[in-house]
Amino acid sequence: MSPFSRRDFLALGVAAGAGLVIGFYLPHGSSGNGETFAPNAYLRIAPDGKITIIVARSEMGQGVRTSLPMILAEELEADWKRIAIEQAGASTLYGDQTTGGSASVRTTWDPMRKAGAAAREMLIGAAALDWGVGRDTCKAENSTVVHTPSNRRLNYGQLALKASTLAIPADPPLKKDAADYKVVGKPVPRLDTPSKVDGTAVYGIDFHLAGLKYALLARCPVIGGKVASFDDKEAKQVAGVRYIGKISDSAVAVVADSVWSAMEGRRVLNVQWDEGPNKDLNSAAIFDSLKKSVSGKAAVLYSTGDMSKASGRRIEAAYQLPFMAHAPMEPDNCVADFRDSRCEIWAPTQVPQDCRDSVAGAVGLDPEQVKVAVTLMGGGFGRRLEHDYAVEAAVVSKAANTPVKVIWTREDDMRCSPYRPASYHQLSAALDASGWPVAFAHRIVAPSINGQKGTAQPDGVDVDLKDEAALVYSFPNAVVDYVMTESAVALGWMRSVYALQAGFASECFMDELAAAAGKDPLDYRLRLLSKDHEIKFFDATWRTSRMRGALQMAAERAGWGKPPAAGHYRGLACFGCFGSYMAEVVEISMENDQPRVHRVVGAIDCGQVINPRILEQQIKGGITYALANALRAQITIEKGRVVQGNFDDYAPIRMNEAPEIEAYFVESKEAPTGAGEPPVPPLAPALCNAIYAATKKRIRALPILS
Amino acid sequence: MPDLTLRVNGSERKVSVAPQTPLLWVLRDTLQLAGTKFGCGAGLCGACTVQVDGAAVRSCSTSVSQVAGKNITTIEGLSANGLHALQQAWIAEDVPQCGYCQAGQIMAAAALLSKNPQPSDEQITQAMSGNICRCGTYDRIRKAIHRAAGAGGGR
Repeated sequence: MSPFSRRDFLALGVAAGAGLVIGFYLPHGSSGNGETFAPNAYLRIAPDGKITIIVARSEMGQGVRTSLPMILAEELEADWKRIAIEQAGASTLYGDQTTGGSASVRTTWDPMRKAGAAAREMLIGAAALDWGVGRDTCKAENSTVVHTPSNRRLNYGQLALKASTLAIPADPPLKKDAADYKVVGKPVPRLDTPSKVDGTAVYGIDFHLAGLKYALLARCPVIGGKVASFDDKEAKQVAGVRYIGKISDSAVAVVADSVWSAMEGRRVLNVQWDEGPNKDLNSAAIFDSLKKSVSGKAAVLYSTGDMSKASGRRIEAAYQLPFMAHAPMEPDNCVADFRDSRCEIWAPTQVPQDCRDSVAGAVGLDPEQVKVAVTLMGGGFGRRLEHDYAVEAAVVSKAANTPVKVIWTREDDMRCSPYRPASYHQLSAALDASGWPVAFAHRIVAPSINGQKGTAQPDGVDVDLKDEAALVYSFPNAVVDYVMTESAVALGWMRSVYALQAGFASECFMDELAAAAGKDPLDYRLRLLSKDHEIKFFDATWRTSRMRGALQMAAERAGWGKPPAAGHYRGLACFGCFGSYMAEVVEISMENDQPRVHRVVGAIDCGQVINPRILEQQIKGGITYALANALRAQITIEKGRVVQGNFDDYAPIRMNEAPEIEAYFVESKEAPTGAGEPPVPPLAPALCNAIYAATKKRIRALPILS
Repeated sequence: MPDLTLRVNGSERKVSVAPQTPLLWVLRDTLQLAGTKFGCGAGLCGACTVQVDGAAVRSCSTSVSQVAGKNITTIEGLSANGLHALQQAWIAEDVPQCGYCQAGQIMAAAALLSKNPQPSDEQITQAMSGNICRCGTYDRIRKAIHRAAGAGGGR
C-alpha cells in the first residue's frame, strides 16, 4: 500500500497548516505541564530559557533537523544558540510525517511559523501583563521581550510559566517581509554536524537495547520466488545462533547474539527456493515489452493547442532508462521489541506512521499499540519510504521472542530492494521553416510505482507524475502522455522519481531540436521561455519567467557564450519539478571516448530559501547523485535475479570523479518549494548534450558507460 | 572461544570472539564502539576505516586475529583531549550531510595527514577516493583537509 499520495499529502500539509488546531494546540489553560511552556506540539520553553523544538520530519542528510527549527525560531524570535531539537516519532499531532517529495519545508512552512508566532504572542502578552503595559509597546527579540519605552526586559525563561496560562491565539500574525528575517535565509551551521564528526551520532544500525539480538534474513534471490523448504542443521551449529525460522513466504530469519554470528549462520543455511513465475525474467525482455507498449492506451498528462493542426519538419526520437537502486550508505535495518500487547520500533525511516500501521497489521496489534521512534538515517533517497525492513524486524522479534535488530547486507540492499522503474520515451516535434517547434509530444512508458503498491490510479495516471513531468515551455501545440505498464520488478521512489526520466528524455530531445534547427541550445530554450506564460500542469501553475530566470542564471555563471577551454565542451538542461525550477550547465572533455566532467553550474529557483548553506549542499549532492545515475547506474535482471550486488558493479561517484560544482539560487520571496530532488533531473541531459557537442554522438539510453 | 587482547584507543580490551571475526563487528558489537560503520562488507566503500598502527585499514576486511596486539584507533579515539584538527575543520566547513561515511572519511584523512601533513589536491584525491559518499560532500571534505593541514593538522 502506498504510504502516501504525494500530491494529496502536499495539499494536506498546507491545509493542515491553515487549520491544524485539533491535536496540534493543547486546550486553553493547559499549555504546559506546570514546568514548561508548551503551547503546541512543536515547542517547549523551560523556565531556564532552554527552547526545545520538535522536528516531525526524518533527517537523512537534507538538513531538516536544522532548517525546520529555523522556521519556527524565526517567528518565535528565539536566540538560536539556545535551541535544542527533538525528533518526533510516529505521532498523531503533526499530520502526515512522511519525509519525501522534496516537501519537508513546503509542508511545515505554515505550521511551524504559526507555532512560533503563537508562542511569541503569548510571551509578549505575559510580559505586558507583568509590567502592566500595553502589548503594543512590547517587542520580542532574541528570546527576550522588551518594553520599548522603558527598556525593561524579561527573557523567555522568566516568562514561560506565566505564558502557559494565557489563551493560545488561533491565527497569530506572521512576519510580512523577508527583509525582517534574522534566521531564515541565513547560512546557519547545521545542528547535527558535531555528533557526525565525533562518532556519537546514532543511526538506526547503531541503535542498541539491553538483550538485543541480531538477525539476517535469507531472501529468495529470484524476484517473486518463495521458500520451498530449508535445512538449518549446519546453521544451528554456528556459535551464537539462537533462532532460525521462516518468517514470511519468501524469507528465513537467522537470529544470533551478534551480527557476525548471524551472517555466518545465514551463510551456511540451506534454503530450497521455489523460484516462481519470474525465473526467466531478463532486462532485454523488459525493455522489449516497454518499447512495444508505446502504442498502448495512453493517459494525457498535459495538452495544449491542437496537435492535429500542427505541421512542419518532423523530428522523432526514442529514449530509455534502466532500473536504478537507491544505495544509501547505511544498509537497511530496524530494531524491534515485540511484547504481547505492544511493539516498539526504532527505524531509520522516512515514513514513521506507515511503519507503525504496517507493523501493527503484520503482528496483529492496533496502531496505538505500536511505537515508532525515528533514528538518523545514513542516506534515504527514497529507499526509506518503504516499511519492509520495519515489518521484518517486528515479525522476527515476535517469532523469536526477543528484541532484535534486522540488518541487511549491501548485497541484500542491492538485490532485494524496490527500484526506480525502467522507462521508455517516444518524443516527436514539428519544426517550422525557421526551426522553431510548432508541436511537441512526449509519451512516457513506464510501470506505476503507486499502482504496484496498491494505490488506485484514477484515469491511468500515477499520481507522482503530477509533480514530476511538467513541460515548462511555451509550445503552441503540445502533449505529454503516459502509458502505464506492469512490472514484476519491485518499484520504489528514488530521488526525483519520474522527473529523472521525464527530464532526461525531454531535455535531450530539446537539444536534438536545437541541433536540427542549427541553433544554440540556450537560445533555443530562451526563445520558448521568452513570453511570460503560466502553464497549468494538474494542480500546479508553472511560470516560464521563473524557468527563464534559473536558466539565464546558470548560463551566465557558466560563461555560456564564451568559448570554453580547448578540448572542453558544454551542455545544458533545465527542468521543473516539485515546485522548483532548475537549470544546469555541464562542462566536459572526452578522455578515451569517455566523458570527464570538469564543472557543473546549477541554478535553482525554489522560492524563499531557508538556509543557503544547506541548499548548496542539496544542489551539489543532488548533482553528484545524478552523475552516478547518468554514468553507470543500472540494475539489470538475468534469470529473474538482480545482477548487481555491491559498489563494485553499482559504482557511485568517488572523489576522483567528483567535478567542481557551483550552486546558485534565485533570490525569491515566493513560498518555499522543493530542493532535495530538483537538482537531479537536469544533470543527465546536460551531460549528454555536452557529449553531443564534443562528439556529435547522441546518447539516447542511460547509463552512459555500460 | 579463546580470549584475544586488543589495544583500542589506548586501552587494553579482552574479547572472546572467533578469530576470523571481522574487526568491524568486534568494534561495533562486542566493544559497543558504533562510530565505525558498516557500508558494504567488501572493502569497497571505506565507511569501516580505522587506523592500525597509524595506517588506514578496512575493518570489515580485517580479521580480529590479524590486529591483536596492534594499536587500533577508531573515530572515538582520534583525539585524546578534544577534537582533532580534522574534526574541527569538518565542523567549520559543515562537511557532513547524512554523515554516515564521515567517520571513515575522517580516519582516512587523518592517516593521510599523519604521513603527509601538506598534501596536494592530487594526493588528497588519491588518498580519499577509496571512501564513498553518496551525499556528495567531496568538495567540502577536500576543503576541510586543506584547512586542517593549514592549521598544522597532523594531530
